Amino acid sequence: MSTVARFEFRYTRVLDPSGALVGELPDFAGDREALVDLYRGMVRTRRFDAKAVSLQRTGRLGTYASSLGQEATSVGIGAAMAADDVLVPSYREAGTQLWRGVTPLEILLYWGGDERGMDYQVPREDFPISVPVGSQALHATGCAYAFKLRRQKRATVAVLGDGGTSRGDFYEAINMAGVWHVPAVFVVSNNRYAISVPLRRQTAAQSLAQKAVAAGIPGEQVDGNDVLAVRHAVARAVARARAGEGPSLIEALTYRLGDHTTADDASRYREEAEVSAKWKEDPIVRLRSYLANAGLWTKADEEKLLEEVEAELTEAVDAYLATPPQPPEAMFDYLYAELPTALVEQRRLAAGGEDDEDGGDG
Amino acid sequence: MAEVTLVGAVNMALARALSDDENVLLLGEDIGVDGGVFRATEGLLDRFGPERVIDTPLSECGIAGSAIGMAAQGLKPVAEIQFMGFIYPTLDQIISHASRMRNRTRGRLSCPMVLRAPFGGGIRAPEHHSESTEAIFAHIPGLRVVIPSSPTRAYGLLLAAIRDPDPVVFLEPKRIYRVVKEEVADDGEAAPLDFCFTLREGIDVTLVTWGACVEDTLAAARELAEEGVDAEVIDVATVKPLDMDTIVASVARTGRCVIVHEAALTGGVGAEIAAQLASEGLLSLLAPVERVTGYDTIMPLLRLEDRYMPSRARIKAAARRALAYG
Repeated sequence: MSTVARFEFRYTRVLDPSGALVGELPDFAGDREALVDLYRGMVRTRRFDAKAVSLQRTGRLGTYASSLGQEATSVGIGAAMAADDVLVPSYREAGTQLWRGVTPLEILLYWGGDERGMDYQVPREDFPISVPVGSQALHATGCAYAFKLRRQKRATVAVLGDGGTSRGDFYEAINMAGVWHVPAVFVVSNNRYAISVPLRRQTAAQSLAQKAVAAGIPGEQVDGNDVLAVRHAVARAVARARAGEGPSLIEALTYRLGDHTTADDASRYREEAEVSAKWKEDPIVRLRSYLANAGLWTKADEEKLLEEVEAELTEAVDAYLATPPQPPEAMFDYLYAELPTALVEQRRLAAGGEDDEDGGDG
Repeated sequence: MAEVTLVGAVNMALARALSDDENVLLLGEDIGVDGGVFRATEGLLDRFGPERVIDTPLSECGIAGSAIGMAAQGLKPVAEIQFMGFIYPTLDQIISHASRMRNRTRGRLSCPMVLRAPFGGGIRAPEHHSESTEAIFAHIPGLRVVIPSSPTRAYGLLLAAIRDPDPVVFLEPKRIYRVVKEEVADDGEAAPLDFCFTLREGIDVTLVTWGACVEDTLAAARELAEEGVDAEVIDVATVKPLDMDTIVASVARTGRCVIVHEAALTGGVGAEIAAQLASEGLLSLLAPVERVTGYDTIMPLLRLEDRYMPSRARIKAAARRALAYG
């Protein structure tokens, strides 16, 4: 008998949960501004989440999926990408989207039930969030194919959760990306739960990174609550992709501290003790401890940052609440490039509401 | 001008589209070296190279999903699914993403892709190779569903589908892939979408159909003429969205309508046409709308498939019933 293949996976961690340096400090981390930017990104994401959840709880937003506890993964991905790369997100990447220039107002409009929230003014080519779990990974493969065909030095980054890796389309995406050798990076934000189903019931595999083996692409693990490690690992993968060295898969080990969405109650399927233990790995505290211990962050800095973020988000919430809904005929206006004749009458009915003279059901 | 079959016209249109627009590319299983199991893509790999004529892994969902990613970047992918019976893994991608990309992003991104598949029975193929499930796609807002029924229309409609800025499901009636040859000019002229073609004018009854049934229906109309019945034959061609104006106007003249399709009866596109005739053409109807379709059964294996499909005899019998009514 002979061995056909052997595999091993790298695990990257730079800071431990206490904020102590335990790995090699990436080059970018020598610059205070870069570190503060990452910290600001995570704080902004967490405050945004809190505002969104509070809006939902008071009946002013639809169902919302918070990324509480996963900010390092989300922001680390954003920081690793260039402006002309393309993000293909799931619904828990507000941190990445905000970093890339999607506005808090746009994200609120989306969850508040308005398609205009997907018409991002800044990352014009980024995909809108994908609700069908894992289905978006294929779009990254196809988008990366376009980059390769056009000889553009750009990369796509798809983000999905641990649940998504159980689906066939995820495998099809990494498999085709491998065959085509396209500049795509697949990040699995492993927050340990797919709604109520824990990872051990999701797969018998020892890691999700090893799913890369079947597709013949590199896979690695990173501490998903260590923003320095996430940024470093994703940046490495993006650089490889841009250099024509093909796709890769990164599993970011994080933890969902909140409910799946505002419609979920996580206490039905996990113990409070488990969650409170995980709070000790809070990614925001981790980087703040590192910054403070290095003398790079003061209480005054913290207060100033919170004030700035609060002002920005309050303004976004006000703008969201002041945005009137689209007119009913907007349902038809982007269905096709040009409205087919067959739909003209339906559009007229929707706009006029003449059968709704009692005001409809609303 | 070349004399070509329907599948030859598909090949000609694909070659034309690849020549005219560098954003067009083809992907699918066995479409490259093998030229496609029906030879629809024969010779295209040699002419346009492996970057634009892609032999994909056996991965239907992957073909559709990656095409969406390409289309969002402004490429115009033409994806082939080998048989309609294997198209179902694409449904999540087509329904959840392709059909709604433009709507979700308020036009920021769009999905100018074509999903081609041979469909329908009658070629004594194995299980899962003979279904006609166009109604599944016709139900989905944001899609176009286009079905050619002659070499000329295959060429023009496929060019139109590829140039269309929105996703098109393009279903090719494989039973008549090689039945008829026509002179087709490779002039790059597209045929109109969302438009019914009136193939035969008549005053007694309107026969409405699409796909391979067009050949049977035209033959039935010729035989009915020998009985003194003057039938109008309409090829719907775009089954989503429907050009009801042409159908309603025809029935206003004839007062009678027979709808013919291979797909099962219940919830078929014929049901939508009949419902719209009932609401828009009721006063001109002199007889109930007849439907000649596949039965509400599983498409049988090849020994019984001829008994499943709408035959000329069934089409003529339905026309006679409509004419005898009242």
